[in-house]
Amino acid sequence: MEIVRSQRSRTNTPNDSVSTLPLYRYAPQLEVRLEDFEVFAMDRLRVLKGISDALARGKRPEEMENLVRDLWKANMRHPEASEDVNKDIISHFVLRLVYCRTEDLRKWFLSMETALYRYRFLLGSSEAKRALMEEFDLPCKAISRTEFENAKEKLEQVARSFDQPLPTADAIFYKVPFEEVPELVAGRRVYIHKGHAYVAMHQVVSLVVTQFRSNLSKALILTNRKWTSTIREQERDRLTPIVEALSMSYLGPDYSQTKEFGEISIKDLDQLARSSFPLCMRHLFDKLREDHHLKHGGRMQLGLFLKGVGLRMEDALAFWKAEFSQKVGAERFDKEYAYSIRHNYGKEGKRTDYTPYSCQKIISSTPGVGDHHGCPYRHFSEENLRAALGRMGVGSRAMEDVVDKVRNRHYQLACTLTFEAVHSSSCDAGINHPNQYFSDSHKILQPKNNNAA
Amino acid sequence: MTKEESKNGSDDMLIDGPKQGNVIPDGFNPNYLKVYYGRLFPHADIFKWMSYGNDGRHPACDKSYFGRREFSFTLDNDIYLRFQSFNSESELENSIKEKCPSKIDIGPVYSVDPAKRHAYAQGGDNVFAPVERELIFDIDITDYDDVRYCCSGADVCLECWPLMTVAIKVIDTALRDDFGFDHILWVYSGRRGVHCWVCDGKARRLTNEQRGAIADYFRVYKGNENSNKKVSFPGPLHPFLVRSYTEVLREFFEEKLLLSQNLFSTEERYEKILSMIPDESVTSELRGKWQENRRSSNSKEDINFFRWEQLKNTLQSGKQKVVFVFPLTQKIVKSWIQLQYQPCLSFYGNLTREILEWMLIMNGRKPHLGNQLGFSDHHSCSLC
Repeated sequence: MEIVRSQRSRTNTPNDSVSTLPLYRYAPQLEVRLEDFEVFAMDRLRVLKGISDALARGKRPEEMENLVRDLWKANMRHPEASEDVNKDIISHFVLRLVYCRTEDLRKWFLSMETALYRYRFLLGSSEAKRALMEEFDLPCKAISRTEFENAKEKLEQVARSFDQPLPTADAIFYKVPFEEVPELVAGRRVYIHKGHAYVAMHQVVSLVVTQFRSNLSKALILTNRKWTSTIREQERDRLTPIVEALSMSYLGPDYSQTKEFGEISIKDLDQLARSSFPLCMRHLFDKLREDHHLKHGGRMQLGLFLKGVGLRMEDALAFWKAEFSQKVGAERFDKEYAYSIRHNYGKEGKRTDYTPYSCQKIISSTPGVGDHHGCPYRHFSEENLRAALGRMGVGSRAMEDVVDKVRNRHYQLACTLTFEAVHSSSCDAGINHPNQYFSDSHKILQPKNNNAA
Repeated sequence: MTKEESKNGSDDMLIDGPKQGNVIPDGFNPNYLKVYYGRLFPHADIFKWMSYGNDGRHPACDKSYFGRREFSFTLDNDIYLRFQSFNSESELENSIKEKCPSKIDIGPVYSVDPAKRHAYAQGGDNVFAPVERELIFDIDITDYDDVRYCCSGADVCLECWPLMTVAIKVIDTALRDDFGFDHILWVYSGRRGVHCWVCDGKARRLTNEQRGAIADYFRVYKGNENSNKKVSFPGPLHPFLVRSYTEVLREFFEEKLLLSQNLFSTEERYEKILSMIPDESVTSELRGKWQENRRSSNSKEDINFFRWEQLKNTLQSGKQKVVFVFPLTQKIVKSWIQLQYQPCLSFYGNLTREILEWMLIMNGRKPHLGNQLGFSDHHSCSLC
């Protein structure tokens, strides 16, 4: 792939355009714009993260199929339809660079790409499936007419045992060593003879996916070697920063342009903290009220959150000053702390530094002694977390679910469950950003407030 | 082996009959082990088998192969020595003769000589890990305790041992016809069951997942004492089940087991079978008939056979074709290609009185291996 800065992009159509599901065997011989490099990758990342969330929530295969179709449609379409395939391939290879760099990243990427491949394969037509089978280097052969006739009775027995329609005269079966399809053998879903399994067309996905997974796994190791030895250094001014940022990226709205500035006033804060703040911000807020101080990490995390919530700069200054001056005095506050608050609200905001932190960023932070920022689901002990959730009003049943998610390291899902418990309402999209928690909560509670008023 | 079987079977060896003057004390004596390993134990055959052709006699062989196989010895005082390995037949023989283990277990073949395992890291490229392991099944007669009434526990007799034979036939046929394995060894485990060793190269290199898949392929009985023991196949069966039923099970069940175990003769016994049928209407209909029958005198047809026919008819008329395939093996133990392997072919040094008699009489003459240790005809060492 050649990365260029030009406005125009020249592209060639790759050879395997018959089936729209590429094999990702080789990086394509294309010129790619630097902007596309990043944007395509982020779009694909949205799809992969959507799959990841859905799997963690235990969605069934039928639901997954629909989800994948919707996610793909929503994110991977190119304005020029003919460019769809290129976007697919380019985004995949860019993400290989991003996710080859550690064992954990590789594992995650491998799982998600394999799941994506499985469902895209299942969504394809029979024709597309068959074409893909030819392309894959699978140790299987379509059986001949004669072989089919000889095995017909047995194949029919298998079909009947699973209430499947009987194989027609032109049905395609693949003969494969039984070792390649352990799941089918275990379930007695195939006829096997002399070590070969007779796999029907609709069962072939298992073969394809195993092969895909194995190929990608090897490719990632090679990519990592290349990255570490040459690419990272070569591209340190161009691609490397983008690649490194991508693995940490949050992909939703960044809450830097709050529409409702001024709607939140200081006097509302205490009540809002109790009703609509996510646990991380509530904890920081409570600690600030208690200690009249927060260290830098906490000031940034809470400060930017409040900005995203709609607190005006003047109100923010007043709020922080009221607290800090109880500890360090008004003068010192003006001298040492006020400037950074003004900076946060500054017009010349750099893209990443002054946007409220996403869950991903918060979860990956490392609070030390005396710090209160970070993600409580990750950074609190179970005991402290239970106590904090209790104070939020989370019931014992929900509490167990939350703790279970935490044990499995699904911190955002834990927060989502907390949201659902506290608001007695479901949150299908899942929590990805503290400001999202706040605005979702506000939406639910606001009509009630209006009615009450 | 029971007393009866050892006297009735194994007639292939020529015996003169026990000499008068010899009084053999009952029980086990460690000296017997010395004699056993000195005169009877097939060191050369074991070496040849475990080499799988890599015995150093031809240019293409892997000289390190035998040395990478783990053996474990259980010594007299219950000391368990793992990771024993040997580079030649004589090393194997000398070690066994010197240590006289009461039990020998055969483990997997590792990536390197187990004796050198500490030199290798647990992760990365250079690992000490198992690379080959026979595929092994272990069937215990106790798994059939709920369908045999003649014996229980470790006891076996001519009436219930056929349950084992039937299981062997079903599994052996599937291993050969379905899975394409050729080199299969069935051997009496020494107590209450049989072990099956599948030694094909393909089998030895199976992953855990693949082994589990084969075991699941055989599994029909999904339950234990605590769960609902329903065995039902609503509808047509997989070819493997059909073949097992038509070629082996049906005949055995209807012509032998039914009668020898009197499966329907008492209420307690037939209730066990009724509990396996999910259809309430069927079971209550049958129960009604059989409770009546108890009072009236029967025709000369055996009551078990008669009730079995009734059961079949009721099921078929109910449009629910339930083929009553009784549990083949409830416990199939797989040998994993992991470090925690299961004990497998164990040569027990605890000799019975009968074998001692043979030994003394033989007086140095080596008995035919096949019969002594129960190797089947399929024993073969020229593998893969």
